Amino acid sequence: MKPARFEYFRPTTPAEAVEILARYDGNARLLAGGQSLVPLLNFRVVTPAALIDLNHCPGLDEIRRDGETLLFGPMVRQAAAETSELVRACCPLITATMPFLGSRTVRNRGTIGGTLAHADRVAELPAIAVALGATMIAESPNGRREIPAEDFYVGDLTTDLAADEMLREIRFPITSAGHRFAFVEANNRHHDLALAGVAVNLDCAAERCDRAVLVVMGVGPTPLRLTAAEQRLEGQAITPSAIKDAAAASVDGIAFESDLHASADYRRHALPGLVARALEQAMHRSAETVR
Amino acid sequence: MSTAKHRIALTVNGRKIVREIEPRLLLSDFLRSELRLTGTHVGCGHGVCGACTVSINGSTARSCLTFAIQMDGAVIETVESLAPRGPLSVIQQAFHEHHALQCGFCTPGFLMTARELLARDPDPSEETIRTALSGNICRCTGYVHIVRAIRAAARKLAEGASHVD
Repeated sequence: MKPARFEYFRPTTPAEAVEILARYDGNARLLAGGQSLVPLLNFRVVTPAALIDLNHCPGLDEIRRDGETLLFGPMVRQAAAETSELVRACCPLITATMPFLGSRTVRNRGTIGGTLAHADRVAELPAIAVALGATMIAESPNGRREIPAEDFYVGDLTTDLAADEMLREIRFPITSAGHRFAFVEANNRHHDLALAGVAVNLDCAAERCDRAVLVVMGVGPTPLRLTAAEQRLEGQAITPSAIKDAAAASVDGIAFESDLHASADYRRHALPGLVARALEQAMHRSAETVR
Repeated sequence: MSTAKHRIALTVNGRKIVREIEPRLLLSDFLRSELRLTGTHVGCGHGVCGACTVSINGSTARSCLTFAIQMDGAVIETVESLAPRGPLSVIQQAFHEHHALQCGFCTPGFLMTARELLARDPDPSEETIRTALSGNICRCTGYVHIVRAIRAAARKLAEGASHVD
C-alpha cells in the first residue's frame, strides 16, 4: 500500500505543467485532488515516473460565467461546485448531482477536472457532462483544442486526451428555463459505487419535449446515450405513459457489462426503473423551480 | 533523483514543523512515523474507510490519499488536536457517554468528520448525520450509537458548551 518512487513537480502555470507532461511522453501523471489517482498509486496499479501537482497553479480553480456558458477550471473542488450559487443558478443539474460523488471529505479534495479526466466508469460527472452537452478544452504545448463531452470518453479510464494534453477547462451550456433534469442512481449503500445511474436533460419549454438527452453511466466503460428512449420522448408530452414507454425502450442497443458488484442482467433490469424515476423527478424539477 | 528528499514546512496541531521527506511519503505515514502522531489510523490505505481523516486548511481530507510533500505551507489538525491536554472535547465526551466506539480503530476519523459536520450544521437531523458519516466505516457499533453521540454533542453545543472541538 505504498506508492512506488516518482519525481515530484510543482508547476505554477498550466503551460509549465503540459511542458513537463510532454517531456515524460506518457510516463507522468497530473495530480489534482488525488481521490482516484492516489489509490491507484498506493496499489501500484499505476507507477508513473513523475507526478505533476496542479495544486499550485493559480486560477485553475475558477468558476465563471461567460455569456451563455458556465466555465470551470479543472481544479475547482467538488465541494466548491456543490455550494456555488453561480453553479446552482446556471447548471442546477451539476448542483443536484454533487452529493452523489462520494463523501463530503472526498469532495473537499476531489476536483471537477480530476473526476472528468479520470473517466472512471462509475463516476457521475462524465454522464452529467454528456447530458448537458459540455465541451472539454484540452491544452498541450502545441495549443488548445475543443472536444465535445460525448467524444471525450473512449473507454475504461481512457479519454481522448493525448499524452501531452491536460484538461484545461470545461464549458457547460447554461440551462435555460423550461429545461427539466434529474440524476438518479442505484447502489448497495449510500455513497457506495454506482451499479448504474441515469441523467436526463429535457428541453420542455413548449408543451411537448423538443429535445431529450438521456445518459446512463456504470453499465459499461463510458457514459452512453439512451437513444431509443430519447426518440420515444422527443415531440411528445411527458405523460406517465410516455415515461413508461421510454423506460421500456431504454435498454435497446445498450451493451450491459457484468462485474463484481452487479451482473449485466441486473443492470438490464434496473435501467428502466432508473429511467422512469429520473424522468418523474425531472418533471417535478425544472430550471425555474430551482431558481 | 526520485529518491531525493524535499524540504517541507507546515503547521501540525499548532506546531511548526520542518522536515525533509521523499515525494512518495503519504501524509498518513508522515503523521504517524515522522511525527509520532499515531492517533490518525490507517485502515484501508486507499480512501475507503475514513479512519485516517484529518483536517487540512480547515477541511477534512483522507491523509492516505494525500502526499506529505503537497502539505508544504498547510495547516493540519489531527485527532490529537481535539483535547491537547486535559478534558475530552464535547464530541469526544459524547462518544464516551453514548458508547459510540468499541474497538476504537475508526474513532479518530469519525471524530474529525463529526467536528466538521457540527461546525457546518449545528443542528443536523439523523439523516444529515448519516449522510455525513457515509465515508467512514465502523465494523463494531452498527452506527446507531455514533449517530446518537453526535446528536447529543449537537445539543450540548447548542446549550453553550465550549466550541465544536
